Amino acid sequence: MGTEELIQSIQSMFPDASINMGNNFPELVIEKDSLLSVLNQLKSEPTLAFDYLFCETCVDWKSHLTMVYHLDSTRFRHNLVIKTNLDAQAPEIESACHLYRTAELHEREIFDLFGVKFLNHPHLRRILLTDDWKGHPLRKDYDDPINMIKL
Amino acid sequence: MDVKITPPSEPFPGTVHPTDGGGVLVSSLDEVINWARSNSLWPLVFGTSCCAIEMMSTAAAKYDFSRFGFEVARATPRQADVIIIAGTIVNKMAPVLKRLFDQMPDPKYVIAMGACATSGGPFFYNTYSVVKGADHIIPVDVYVAGCPPRPEALLHALITLQEKIKSGLTRDQIRGEMKAHGN
Amino acid sequence: MFEQVSTSENGELVINVGPQHPATHGVLHLLITLNGETVTKLEPNLGYIHRSIEKMCESLSYRQFIYTTSRMDYLSSHINNHACALTVESALQIEIPERAEYIRVIMSELTRMASHQLWWGAMAMDLGALSPFFYAFRERESINDIMEETCGARLTMNYFVPGGVMYDLHPNFVAKVKEFIVFFKSKIDEYDELLTGNIIFQNRMKNIGIISKEDAISYGCTGPTARGSGVSCDIRKIYPYSIYQKLDFDEVIEHGCDSFSRYQVRMKEMRQSLKIIEQLIDNIPKGEFQAKTKAVLKLPKGEFYTRVETARGELGVYIVSEGGTSPYRIKFRSPGFSNLSALEHMVKGHKIGDLVAIMGTLDLVIPDIDR
Ligand code: SF4
Repeated sequence: MGTEELIQSIQSMFPDASINMGNNFPELVIEKDSLLSVLNQLKSEPTLAFDYLFCETCVDWKSHLTMVYHLDSTRFRHNLVIKTNLDAQAPEIESACHLYRTAELHEREIFDLFGVKFLNHPHLRRILLTDDWKGHPLRKDYDDPINMIKL
Repeated sequence: MDVKITPPSEPFPGTVHPTDGGGVLVSSLDEVINWARSNSLWPLVFGTSCCAIEMMSTAAAKYDFSRFGFEVARATPRQADVIIIAGTIVNKMAPVLKRLFDQMPDPKYVIAMGACATSGGPFFYNTYSVVKGADHIIPVDVYVAGCPPRPEALLHALITLQEKIKSGLTRDQIRGEMKAHGN
Repeated sequence: MFEQVSTSENGELVINVGPQHPATHGVLHLLITLNGETVTKLEPNLGYIHRSIEKMCESLSYRQFIYTTSRMDYLSSHINNHACALTVESALQIEIPERAEYIRVIMSELTRMASHQLWWGAMAMDLGALSPFFYAFRERESINDIMEETCGARLTMNYFVPGGVMYDLHPNFVAKVKEFIVFFKSKIDEYDELLTGNIIFQNRMKNIGIISKEDAISYGCTGPTARGSGVSCDIRKIYPYSIYQKLDFDEVIEHGCDSFSRYQVRMKEMRQSLKIIEQLIDNIPKGEFQAKTKAVLKLPKGEFYTRVETARGELGVYIVSEGGTSPYRIKFRSPGFSNLSALEHMVKGHKIGDLVAIMGTLDLVIPDIDR
């Protein structure tokens, strides 16, 4: 399937989501509540078969956070990026780790560095920093006057 | 055929007084102990990041630090004499490093290998988790510059440490000597 | 060693391995629950070398941030640099000279071999065989010498820059690499003789640490770890970058799903790397080694993602740019991080003695996991 076709078939699957071509991959923007159902459909639909989540991360836009999921299909070798916006004050989203096992560690890292709360995650704890660390360092408003020496 | 035996560059400390039927070695116990200590320093296997690979190179075939008596790398601090801090120390690792150092038996020595262990190195600015130099945690005897230092540099550091031990001076005495020499 | 032992109510034993333990290849901390000698649960605790590289990069320029990545996965530093350079180049649409492409691929493959050599030595050491370590380092030193002449460094190179490579090749380079190819070919056979056929070694590797193809994909395993389970995931083949589509080499895939398959993949990959270098070394084109670029690079607004194949698997560089001179957000998708998540699955049900062998075949580099 070419990229054009891929975009069309995904658009027809999710008529209310917006999809357009990014620099590298097509990007699908969805509502955060529909994340699990979208991922589930993308994974189980035999013509798409997005079975490999190769990157999961988060971007802090000050006004809101954006979760970014990079998907790949090991059978057809096409890619898709899924984006969804979260509230900056109390970010919360369903965990994808029951569909993609790799998400488990990635989500713990995002929780650690951005403070996004993943619902139904088996053990959401800090992974990189110590348990008593205050704040979430990759947030733009994070400041640490003791440890950080600014250039 | 004449076999000429060259004396080792670092002879056994003391002087030999010739007597009939051999000689008498006169030395001080301190000197002998320091000599023995300096020639069998057992390092602790402690590498956190990139510099550890250069430490492994120093141990391996080409550079081979066993030539200087360092080959018995120990995995447990209770059997080690010298800890080579090879790599960055971050806030989460700092208590562990302190604990390892405390577990080592006296006398113990520390070598800070590389820019990171010396000062935080490339991770000095704008990082929230890096300790800016291992000497914030434990006292360091020898610093090695480089990112990573070449194996030769590490060997030099080890030999410097041997010299320090042989001289038998304490930290304060060394400082006093350096002042006397105008450093 | 830093081990604490405690027993829970049902007689299970919880032990800590690491963060300072010779078998974890760095500062990984594993919390292992044992029933007798059998591992029932394993939980990694990371962050003992979390150097906040991603935060740091947000205040570095697009030329500067590359140096931090050579310190991430220092065993494939060239390939890490390649990923960053490619991201910046693709965003700015910089055409890089043919000569630079050739140099980059040769260097990358040399790095891959050096990394696999070190893995081979270190893994054998984990299994209790000390001499392979010295054999491996002997060959690694000759690669280091080649690198040193051209790049000026033995480990953390920073040789690939946006637009090409930093310096031209050293005049001795071609001759030395050719010498190395001849030298190393006989040495790989020696590696095989030393270890691969050894019956003790095989018994400790075969049918140990099994992960099926589906699980490997679900856990996001890449590189030799996944290819040992039959997943085709070599980025050089499936999403070719640089000049890899012009080259003739095979993607090594094994279907045993166990430790021994992963071992075999890496051994065969070294031969493939030699094959790639042989094709290139005689016809490095003449010309520029660096394209003309602006002194200050400014990426257009948008998001850029590059995937490359390091010695451990797929490295992704994700840059979000707001149009400034430094990234707004940067994320390194490191291969080790995902590979590590599969460790529990592989180890469960095996004896604790096998844990070290299995971890050896994953070829973890901890600073790459923690970043
Ligand atoms: S000094 Fe350089 S090579 Fe050594 S640990 Fe630090 S970054 Fe790595």
